[in-house]
Amino acid sequence: MPGKTGMVFWLAAAWLCVVMVSAVSAALWPLPPPDQIDWVNLAVKPGVAGHLLGTDNMGRDIAARLLFGARVSLTVGTFAPCIGLVAGTLLGVVAGYYRGYPEKLIVAAIDTFLAFPRLVFLMMITFVFGSSLLNLTLALGLMTAPTFARVARANTLRFAGREFVLAARGAGAGDAAIILREILPNVLMPMLAYLLLVMGLVIIAEGGLGFLGLSVPSPTPSWGGMIAEGREVLEQSPHVSMIPTLVMFLTIMAVNLIGDRLRGWFDTRESQL
Amino acid sequence: MHFYAGKFIHLLIVVFAVTALTFVMLNLLPGSVAHEIAGQSATVGDVAALREQLGLNAPVLVRYCRWLTGALRGELGNSLVTGQAVTKTIASHLPVTVELLLLSQLIALLLAVPIGILSAWRPDSKTDRLFGTIGFGLVSIPSFALAILLIFFFSLRLKWFPATGYNALNEGVLLNLKGFILPALSIALVEWVTLMRVLRSDLIATLQEDFILLARAKGLPAWRILIRHALRPSSFSLITLCGLHIGNLIGGAVIIENLFALPGVGRLLLSSIFAQDFPMVQGCVLFIAIGYVTVNFLVDASYGLLDPRVRKEGTGAR
Repeated sequence: MPGKTGMVFWLAAAWLCVVMVSAVSAALWPLPPPDQIDWVNLAVKPGVAGHLLGTDNMGRDIAARLLFGARVSLTVGTFAPCIGLVAGTLLGVVAGYYRGYPEKLIVAAIDTFLAFPRLVFLMMITFVFGSSLLNLTLALGLMTAPTFARVARANTLRFAGREFVLAARGAGAGDAAIILREILPNVLMPMLAYLLLVMGLVIIAEGGLGFLGLSVPSPTPSWGGMIAEGREVLEQSPHVSMIPTLVMFLTIMAVNLIGDRLRGWFDTRESQL
Repeated sequence: MHFYAGKFIHLLIVVFAVTALTFVMLNLLPGSVAHEIAGQSATVGDVAALREQLGLNAPVLVRYCRWLTGALRGELGNSLVTGQAVTKTIASHLPVTVELLLLSQLIALLLAVPIGILSAWRPDSKTDRLFGTIGFGLVSIPSFALAILLIFFFSLRLKWFPATGYNALNEGVLLNLKGFILPALSIALVEWVTLMRVLRSDLIATLQEDFILLARAKGLPAWRILIRHALRPSSFSLITLCGLHIGNLIGGAVIIENLFALPGVGRLLLSSIFAQDFPMVQGCVLFIAIGYVTVNFLVDASYGLLDPRVRKEGTGAR
C-alpha cells in the first residue's frame, strides 16, 4: 500500500537486520547486565550517567533491556509462525485433499480452537508447563496454526481439481506424490507470503503477554513488559515506556512492510500462471 | 432450513468441545484450590475435608458431567473465592464489556466506512495513499502501546480524559462515556484499518461492474452511486470481519480492560485464572464460546439479508 519506491523496503530490511544482529550480539555490547539495578540513577533520561537510553523506574539500563528483549520477541516471532505454518499446512492440505470425515473433523477442531479464548489458552499453557521461552513459542505457534490451516485448505480445494493434478493421477501418481509434488508447491507460495504477516501478529501477541506479566519469567526482559513497567512513571519519565514502544512499532512495521512487498511479488507470480 | 440446522449442530459441538477442553486443562493446573482456600494454618485434614466438600475428589469425567448437567439447567455453580453465583458475577461484568465492544466497533466503522469509500473512489490517488500509509502505521502499533500513548497525551498532558477508572452508567452518561473513550479508541484505531482495507478492495471490484457503469451513464452523482448502489454489495467481507472482531471482543479486551481498570468480563477471566477460581473460569469460557459462535452464526445469516442471490436456496428467510 505504501509508495512504490524500493527505499522503504530496504530501510525496513535494514532495520530488521539491525535488530537481529543486536539481539544475537546482545551479550557482547559494553552495557550493564539487563537486570543490574543502578540505585542512584532511577528512571534517568537518555545519556545520563553512562546509560545510553536512560534507565527504567528500577534503575535498569534500558538499552541493555531492549537488546535482551529483542531476543525474546524475535525468537518467538520467527519460530512460532513456522510451527503454525507446518502444523497448519499439514492439517489444511489433508482436509482439502481427502475431504469427507477428515475434513469435517479438522474443520470442527479449527472452529473449536478459534472459539476458545486465546488468552486462556496461552495462560493455561504457561501455567501448566511453566512460562519458558520454548513453551511460549510452542503455545503461540499452536495459536497461529488454525489460520494457516484455513488458508491451506482453501488453496488445496482450489488446486485439487485442476488439470495438472488429474494428469498426475492419470500418469499413475499416488496420493502422497500428488500432495508433495503437485499441491504443496502451489499451496506453500501464498502461505509463505502470509508468514511475515503472522510474524508481526505474534510479536504483538508476545508483547501483550509481556504487558500482562505472562511472557518469559521475570529477570529476562520483554518489550511488552518494559512498556507496562514504564506506566508507573509515565508522567515524570515518559521515555521509559516510549522507547520500547518506538522500537516495537518500528520492528512490527518493518516486518509488515516486507511482508506486504513479498505478497505483491507472489501475487504477480500467481497472475502470470 | 437444512443449512441452518446443520450449522447449528456444528456450533453446538464447538461449544461442547471448548468447555470440555477447558475442563481438562483446568484440571492440569498445578497447585490446589483447596490449599488456597483453607489458608496457611490449615491441617491436612482440613484440606481433605474441603476437597471433599468442593467435590474435587471425583474423577474429571464425573465432574465434567456434573458441571454440564448443571450448565444445561443454567447453574454454573459458585465462585470458589467470593462464593457468589458465577452467572450473577458474569452478568454484572457484562455491561462494561458490551459497552466497550459497541463503542469501539462504532468508532472503527465510523472511520472505516467513509475512508474506505473515499479511497475506493479514486484508487491510488493521493488521499488513498495517505490513508493507506496512516493505516499501515496504525496496524503496526499494538493496542496496549497505543493505549499508553493515548493515556500520555490525552490524560496526562491534556487532562481531557481520566487515565483509569470506571463510572457506572447511572452515575451520569457523560461521566461514564469519558472513561470509555480512551479504551474504545485504543481498540478502534487499530481495528478500523483492516475494516477499511477489505471495504476498499471490495468496493473497487464492485465499481467495475456493469450496473455501476449504467448508473454512471444515467448521470447519477458520485456519492449516490457509491452509497446507494455500490456499498451494499461490497459489504460482505466488512461484515464478516466486523463479526470476527466482535466475537473476539466478547471475551473482553483483556489487556485494555486491565490497563484502564474497567471491570469487564476479560478482567474477571484474568483474575479468576490467577486465583484458580475454576467454576468462574469455566463459566467465562462457556459464555465467551457461546458468544463467539452466535456472532459467527448471525454473520452467516446476514449474508442472505444483504444479497438476495444468497437467499434463494429456500432458506426460509422471507
